[in-house]
Amino acid sequence: MRITQGTFSFLPDLTDEQIGKQVEYALQQNWAVSIEYTDDPHPRNVYWEMWGMPMFDLKDAAGLLGELRECRKNHSDCYIKVNAFDSARGFETMRMSFIAHRPPEEARYRLRREESENRLVRYTLERA
Amino acid sequence: MTAAGSIDLKALLAESGVGEVLDELDRELVGLAPVKMRLREIASLLVVDKARAALGVEGAKPSLHMCFTGNPGTGKTTVASRMATILHRLGHVRKGHLVAVTRDDLVGQYIGHTAPKTKEVLKRAMGGVLFIDEAYYLYRPENERDYGQEAIEILMQVMENQREDLVVIFAGYKSRMDTFFQSNPGLGSRVAHHIDFPDYDVSELLAIADRMVGGLGLRLSRDGRVALEEYMRLRRGQPNFANARSLRNALDRSRLRQARRLLEVGQVDAEMLMTIEAADIRASRVFDAARAQGAAEEAPC
Repeated sequence: MRITQGTFSFLPDLTDEQIGKQVEYALQQNWAVSIEYTDDPHPRNVYWEMWGMPMFDLKDAAGLLGELRECRKNHSDCYIKVNAFDSARGFETMRMSFIAHRPPEEARYRLRREESENRLVRYTLERA
Repeated sequence: MTAAGSIDLKALLAESGVGEVLDELDRELVGLAPVKMRLREIASLLVVDKARAALGVEGAKPSLHMCFTGNPGTGKTTVASRMATILHRLGHVRKGHLVAVTRDDLVGQYIGHTAPKTKEVLKRAMGGVLFIDEAYYLYRPENERDYGQEAIEILMQVMENQREDLVVIFAGYKSRMDTFFQSNPGLGSRVAHHIDFPDYDVSELLAIADRMVGGLGLRLSRDGRVALEEYMRLRRGQPNFANARSLRNALDRSRLRQARRLLEVGQVDAEMLMTIEAADIRASRVFDAARAQGAAEEAPC
């Protein structure tokens, strides 16, 4: 199952050139870009590992692409995403976040049914 | 393009706006003829390369890593920041900002600290120019476990592999840079352009002084100018002479003396407020030695 989340989730995976252009746009907006990776892409998992510090003083996308290559080399079996954080008052949040790398074998999830009090049925996603 | 298959280089140069930057450099920086010459050559090379690319002759991008050598105060940093603008206008670097660093910014304090620190700086400099001042401090031969070596290795790697992403400029005193490159031949061979900044002579220093006082909203009286010329002649012979920087310091001190003198006078007009007199300059310690020497020659005992 192809896991999708974040910005551009309905598009095919971005090429490096396209990632570079998106990052370039983010830098133009004065957003700080960063890289995160995880082996647990559950939609409710918001705590991905940071790949180094967010790149606050970056001027050019080449810096991020270099880090992304490095991260892919070290964590090719993980999901990697690129974030762009807007520090402007009123936003102070991620403005863009997209998956930039996925492992050769994608994580699989299944829906688990659970019966609780008063015959109430709950559903949850569980790693298969 | 004028005709099919031919290109007007002059038009290409004019279009890039580099001419203006170079002319500005000529106007604003006094002396430095060899430096300006070299900058023009590099600009021409890039324009010709651009023309080649336009005609479909693809060549590898030239390596433009540079080394600026020269005594203190000869304008290395100033030229480096202009360099960033020139390279940006010619499309060699994408952003054209200057990141100026020294050893402290590149080398860490413990094992494993250097690589991330150096990479951080390189990342910031991507798309622009990285200016490493007093680069020879990176290499400390007396300590074989010094982390500077690690920084040099990372620098070399990036200079070679990501040539299109950034230009590195090393700067420092001539003799120490020479030993630095001798002990790091790999680095030396990756730096194609060695530019030597000559010392200013007295007339150039005076021209710089005129610009400096002009920038401060002051002017030198005619006697003041003569005194300054004499000052420069004496100061040049003394140790720790730092060209334009020494000049700036001397002018700053003479401003202090001028302020004190004016307060003693009490009643002043605009003309007096603006003028630095010979007395403000001649009060300098630099003249003491000369005076003592002069006295000794007059009355040997």
